[in-house]
Amino acid sequence: MNTHRHVLSVLVENRPGVLTRVASMFARRNYNIHSLAVGPTEDERVSRLTVVVGAEAVQLEQIIKQLNKLVHVLKIIELDTEATVQREMQLVKVTTTPQTRSQVIDVVEVFRANVIDVDHDSLIVEAAGSPEKLEALLNMLLPYGVREIVRSGTIALSRGNRSITDGSKLRMRSVV
Amino acid sequence: MQVTGAQAVMMTLDALGIDTVFGYPGGAILPAYDPLIDAGFQHILVRHEQGAIHMAEGYAQATGRVGVCIVTSGPAATNLVTGLADAMMDSVPVLAITGQVALSAIGSDAFQEADVTGITMPITKHNELVNSVERIPEALKEAYHIAKSGRPGPVLVDLPKDLLQQSFEWAWDETVDLPGYKPTVRGHSKMVREALGLIAQAKQPVVYAGGGLVRADAGEELCRFARLLNVPVVTTLMARGVFPDTDPLSAGMPGMHGHYTGIRALQEADLLITLGARFDDRVTGRPDGFAPNAQVIHVDVDPAEIGKNRAVDVPIVGDVKVVLSQFLALLDDKDAKGELDAFIPDTAAWRTHLDNYKEVHPLRFDQQHDGPLKPQHAIEEVYRTFGDDAVYVAGVGQHQMWAAQHIPYTRGRQWINSGGLGTMGFAVPAAIGVKAGVGPDVSVIAIDGDGCFQMTFQEIATAVQHNLPVVFCVINNGYLGMVRQWQRLFYDNRLSQVALPQGLPDLMKIADAYGIPGFRATTSDEAALVLDKAKTITDRPVLIEFMVDPDELVFPMVPSGGTNDEVIESAEEWFERTAALAAAGQEQA
Repeated sequence: MNTHRHVLSVLVENRPGVLTRVASMFARRNYNIHSLAVGPTEDERVSRLTVVVGAEAVQLEQIIKQLNKLVHVLKIIELDTEATVQREMQLVKVTTTPQTRSQVIDVVEVFRANVIDVDHDSLIVEAAGSPEKLEALLNMLLPYGVREIVRSGTIALSRGNRSITDGSKLRMRSVV
Repeated sequence: MQVTGAQAVMMTLDALGIDTVFGYPGGAILPAYDPLIDAGFQHILVRHEQGAIHMAEGYAQATGRVGVCIVTSGPAATNLVTGLADAMMDSVPVLAITGQVALSAIGSDAFQEADVTGITMPITKHNELVNSVERIPEALKEAYHIAKSGRPGPVLVDLPKDLLQQSFEWAWDETVDLPGYKPTVRGHSKMVREALGLIAQAKQPVVYAGGGLVRADAGEELCRFARLLNVPVVTTLMARGVFPDTDPLSAGMPGMHGHYTGIRALQEADLLITLGARFDDRVTGRPDGFAPNAQVIHVDVDPAEIGKNRAVDVPIVGDVKVVLSQFLALLDDKDAKGELDAFIPDTAAWRTHLDNYKEVHPLRFDQQHDGPLKPQHAIEEVYRTFGDDAVYVAGVGQHQMWAAQHIPYTRGRQWINSGGLGTMGFAVPAAIGVKAGVGPDVSVIAIDGDGCFQMTFQEIATAVQHNLPVVFCVINNGYLGMVRQWQRLFYDNRLSQVALPQGLPDLMKIADAYGIPGFRATTSDEAALVLDKAKTITDRPVLIEFMVDPDELVFPMVPSGGTNDEVIESAEEWFERTAALAAAGQEQA
């Protein structure tokens, strides 16, 4: 099947279980989630999910429609990947020796990443960027010995002054 | 006014106009059962929680109102699962209220604790674990609104015991504000005009009428629409009756066990006017071979159904009753301008073609006067006895298909069954719920199989206790008939675990045990006789057992995995075809 990577921004009511509702819908309809990130928005009653899915066109339409049926889902837009800033965050614990430490730090600087923790024989690299950049950084670090990595899902915003809440009628009750 | 959470449940149900609740008390819901004594609705005490939710489903399907059931936590709530899934598949508006352990005990594996909102998330339209006493009326009101609006479905509200016992200041506000839930009601007017344009040019259009028309009470609009445009109508299993079978434009039921004409009408159509139907696999057969020459207009209140199983030429999201009214208003407008003729397709040849099918390909079975009682004959006799005014409720299996095929339905809500989920055991409790909804003046006939009946017949006690005189008809062939049919057709007649010996149990003793009249018929004469007797008993439930020929199979049949170009009309034809295929295979080898 010809599946493409699509980035969906989903505004949901900030309520218990809403993430489960979304994840459960994907699982039971056999849709493929690449990543899912969730966090607060400028409105405390609303959370924003960024879901990256692999789907062909007909399935993507179904995913959006099925998401829309969840009562706590307020709005969904598919972000145009060309006109969108996408970031993931990655933390990597790299093995170092007195000989390799400065080499690792050189790599970190080239990628405009940060060293956020240093120990005698390891350090932690923090990097944010596109999935491609993080892959490239990881490939450079692997030869030194990577002890563990953790990586967030993609978060994304469309470029320019438009916003997902433009023109939407998000009338939330004043007390939730 | 200070009230407890439990009182608030009762006051909310009363404020919503609920007249009947099906339920079963227990630990966590106990606080609610005290103010229930003084509530304004009747409570029907079931014998198993599955019975409660199927009754709520029957009640809802028969009346169009929301069916309500109330049970306790844990095992009681998990006993609702089958009914919730059933209501989800068939879009039945149900409000399920479950008790839950106290908020402070949640997550501690407390006695009778189960994660009910977690368990039922995929099989409810929405659910909520209420987390404050003040939220109780709001949660119930929202659940009721979600259950009945848009595409109807089951909504569950889980109520922790401590909240039921806490007090708060009662406040009632009728309005519902759900920012993420705004079903589209009116169809897009451009699409509505486009659809009429497509219909005008069609040569072989068919209305593919689905259960959504029943849910929307759109039968009248449908009839006007089809008759005005002279378009034949097929009614799916979920839509039987919403267009009368007695109308010359009716082509019957499509699908795996549909009427020949209904199956072929869809398959040969050049335009499907799809109204509240969902291109279910039992209707389409193999999807890539379904209605290959048809363009598609699809009207549905659920946008996710449009384009899900079949690409669509004219999509219209909206309440099917409202959209049909939009069609009719537009046509009336054309009529006033003298332009109506341009919108009426020329279907004369197409209708003649389908009429010819009806004549040449009727349902076939052969009831010999002194031969074994045929199940189809028994069902036709049931209809002859109780007639058009009765409501017919079926279980799942062969008897269900025969009841769908052989009874001429004339209105929506006259035929109630478990279509999407195919829930065996549905008929007995659902029929009791129907009876609670339609009242004493309408006969309610459960047509059940012997397998189904044994899954839920304990609810006869409920019918007796609450004076709900349903006529329970068991089509007893001593087998799980539909499974046996598949083993006969697809597994070389190797019967595996399908025998349920007739007489085990003795259903007449069952009737006796529940204190209701029981009748048994083994011949066609006896069938007529016992039905005439049963008809005179209207103050108590009645059980009628028809001992029928176990060898009878359901036909027509579109083989599983086949297309609607392969309609087999009888067992003889089936076995001839199988033999021919085998011979051809041998020749090739």
